[in-house]
Amino acid sequence: MSTPLVSRQRGPDPGGGAGEVLVARDITKKFGGLTAVNQVSLTVRDGEIVGLIGPNGAGKTTFFNCLTGMETPTSGEITFRGRRLSGGADRITKAGLARTFQNIRLFPFMTAVENVQVGRHCRTRTGVLSAVFRGPRHRREERESIQRARELLDFVGLSRVEAELARSLPYGDQRRLEIARALATDPGLLLLDEPTAGMNPQETRDAMLLVRRIRDTGLAIVVIEHDMRFIFSLCDRVAVLVQGAKLLEGSAEQVQADERVIEAYLGAPVVGAPVDGASGDAETRS
Amino acid sequence: MTTPSMDPDGSGRTGRVAAIRSATRARTAPLTVPLAAAGAALTVAGSLTPWATFFFGYPGKVTLTGFPGGARLYTLLLAVGLLLVVARIAGRRRAVLACALGIVAISVGNLLAIASSGGGLGAVAYGAWLTVAGGVLGALAGDAVREPADSERNLRWGRLWVWAPLEILLIALVLGGLLVAIVIGLKINESSAFVSYLAFLGFAAAAAVALGAGTLVSYVSERHRTVTLAAAAITAAAFPFTQGGDSYWIRVAASIGVFAAAAIGLNIVVGLAGLLDLGYVAFFGVGAYVSALLSNATFTTVHVHVPFGAVIVLGALTSAFFGVIIGAPTLRLRGDYLAIVTLGFGEIFRIVANNWDGLTRGPNGISGVPNINANGFDFGQPHTVFGIVLPGFANYYFLELLLVAGVMVIFANLNRSRIGRAWVAIREDELAARAMGINTVALKLLAFAMGAFLAGAAGTVNAHVTTQVSPDSYTFLESALLLSAVVLGGMGTLPGAVLGSTLLFVIPEKLRTFQDKRLLLFGLALILMMRFRPEGLIASRRRQRELLSEESGADAMSQPGQVARA
Repeated sequence: MSTPLVSRQRGPDPGGGAGEVLVARDITKKFGGLTAVNQVSLTVRDGEIVGLIGPNGAGKTTFFNCLTGMETPTSGEITFRGRRLSGGADRITKAGLARTFQNIRLFPFMTAVENVQVGRHCRTRTGVLSAVFRGPRHRREERESIQRARELLDFVGLSRVEAELARSLPYGDQRRLEIARALATDPGLLLLDEPTAGMNPQETRDAMLLVRRIRDTGLAIVVIEHDMRFIFSLCDRVAVLVQGAKLLEGSAEQVQADERVIEAYLGAPVVGAPVDGASGDAETRS
Repeated sequence: MTTPSMDPDGSGRTGRVAAIRSATRARTAPLTVPLAAAGAALTVAGSLTPWATFFFGYPGKVTLTGFPGGARLYTLLLAVGLLLVVARIAGRRRAVLACALGIVAISVGNLLAIASSGGGLGAVAYGAWLTVAGGVLGALAGDAVREPADSERNLRWGRLWVWAPLEILLIALVLGGLLVAIVIGLKINESSAFVSYLAFLGFAAAAAVALGAGTLVSYVSERHRTVTLAAAAITAAAFPFTQGGDSYWIRVAASIGVFAAAAIGLNIVVGLAGLLDLGYVAFFGVGAYVSALLSNATFTTVHVHVPFGAVIVLGALTSAFFGVIIGAPTLRLRGDYLAIVTLGFGEIFRIVANNWDGLTRGPNGISGVPNINANGFDFGQPHTVFGIVLPGFANYYFLELLLVAGVMVIFANLNRSRIGRAWVAIREDELAARAMGINTVALKLLAFAMGAFLAGAAGTVNAHVTTQVSPDSYTFLESALLLSAVVLGGMGTLPGAVLGSTLLFVIPEKLRTFQDKRLLLFGLALILMMRFRPEGLIASRRRQRELLSEESGADAMSQPGQVARA
């Protein structure tokens, strides 16, 4: 793929350590008396895929929401390429964090290509006057935006349906479209929230290939996923969240071997019950 | 939870196509054709025979045999439509039904009107009853036609590519026909005759649309955009020349222009960005007051005269400024809350205008606003063009045309830009729009300010058209009327806003007898619209898709995100 997928965002690091893209320090999020995320830290470096796993209700999506500005963390600090992130979701996306949603949130009545073009919004700056008078900037940006949107649709394999409404696409394609839309914002870090949820095995394999291809362009990725095959074959590092707190972080092998992870997913073993083979069951979604 | 939603569009599509095919082949009840023929024959017979037993000045020469005129002519024409049952054209079921219901509506309406003005059912002659019966038979025949109720099949008209000159001829014919229909309609003076005419046009148009005429015209006009736009402009400009020097309807048309320009502005706020603004007329009022105050009117508080070219910009900008002031604190609210707050601000404007005697002269308002005088061209003077006398209001009419055209360009260009896309994205899913880097607050504010800007521009012209401004012209009622114009015509479309404004202005002018019940009638019309055509008379394609899919619940499943949110 010759597409220059990764943005101008990348480039010489303005600060921070060895290629650190995202550093989240002690993120805590409380909803009233409930602590959904408790002192979670996470570091993501250039070109790596970090997996985020944990049983349902562990606070994975809330953590994502804190990173992307959809929720304001109660405490903690997030830096992206050495700069502190603040402000709402739109400013954080503009800073270079793009996300997809657990339950797809496309613009259902816009066509596929329009959806991706919306992603270009924060990288274009045509103003009202230029748009009303079809000024040179409008025409140039419009041309570039549609061209980039088509490149991205081609990259995720949706060129043939560019004029279809988002809502009329098959489920797997909707997921890909959401990824294309996120990529259109020229992110420096892509956050995928359960990219294979509800997919059949074939679609899951395609999604894995797609995520790998995105990584190969040099983009850092954080992914929440329940499909352990997906996690263990793709992720360079895996963080396990249990009841809002980070239980452990390490390589796929380390996590797979850890008793506590199995325990978190399946509950503490009853005395005398066989523990062996239980890790296979961890793949099943609740 | 999301798994079952995957299917309907994958393998389901072929299944649906097969279902439609088999439904098309399904047999129509055998009695259909005789029923329709009988209905048509009865209607024709009824339309050629008297509808009233004695002469009492009812319009349309209803006591005569033969000479069908007025309502009788309309039923005669619709009767021809009943014969469509034999045609193997998709959409004939709805077309025949539309014609039949048109016959029933016109004949029953006139029958009741004859009875009430003629002093009882004795005034009604057999011709009217025959026509009613014919219409009912036609409706039964139409109802018996079996056809798949699929709205997309007529899209095949769109793919039909005819010879280009023919297509352009079609555009000219449609627009010319529209102008003729309007001119004829405006010449009808009696309320009952006008209602019959309107009903005829409405039902005939419904029948034509059922057969795919709407799709055909919209595709053809899209292929020849420039030609269509030029032809529409020429048609609109031709209107004052059809009035024979009479200024009454030109004056109404100029008011429609003002109203339409404001409605298009409101369409940006409501139709594109999806913000319900119930105090919109306040912005219109700001423009009008600015214009009136700077025109050196007879009764005013500020004795300055600023050239109109500057006033229109100034009025629009002032209005946009108020839009920002009102929008900034309120646009964080959503849906109903925003509607209530805007409603409140609309009232604040009216009350301030009503009480600030030092500037607005309170309830007296500012009156005696002079005609616009641009470089010595006095808008109040009649002019003779091509040997036809154009009354003074024609000047305002042409100014309005320019204004509406400008507002349309602004709307259309914004709609097809990154800004328009962002507005639609906000309307469809605000959270996702934010996640895509769209500054939703700023863009909503922009929509609000754009709407206010256009309303302000329209208001400046309106002060000169009505020659006076006073607080009671900017009540909540006016906001509601503007909103109804947008909803009635079709949210998010330009022709819709114009059509909506036209209907809301022309109908009250014509139906003087119903003047005090006018709001009741609009309310009823809107309720009926919501029930039968929620996307408005002229639907924007995106809106139509949104609303159609809301109706068919199964379809909504293919958007799991929505289900999850519901």
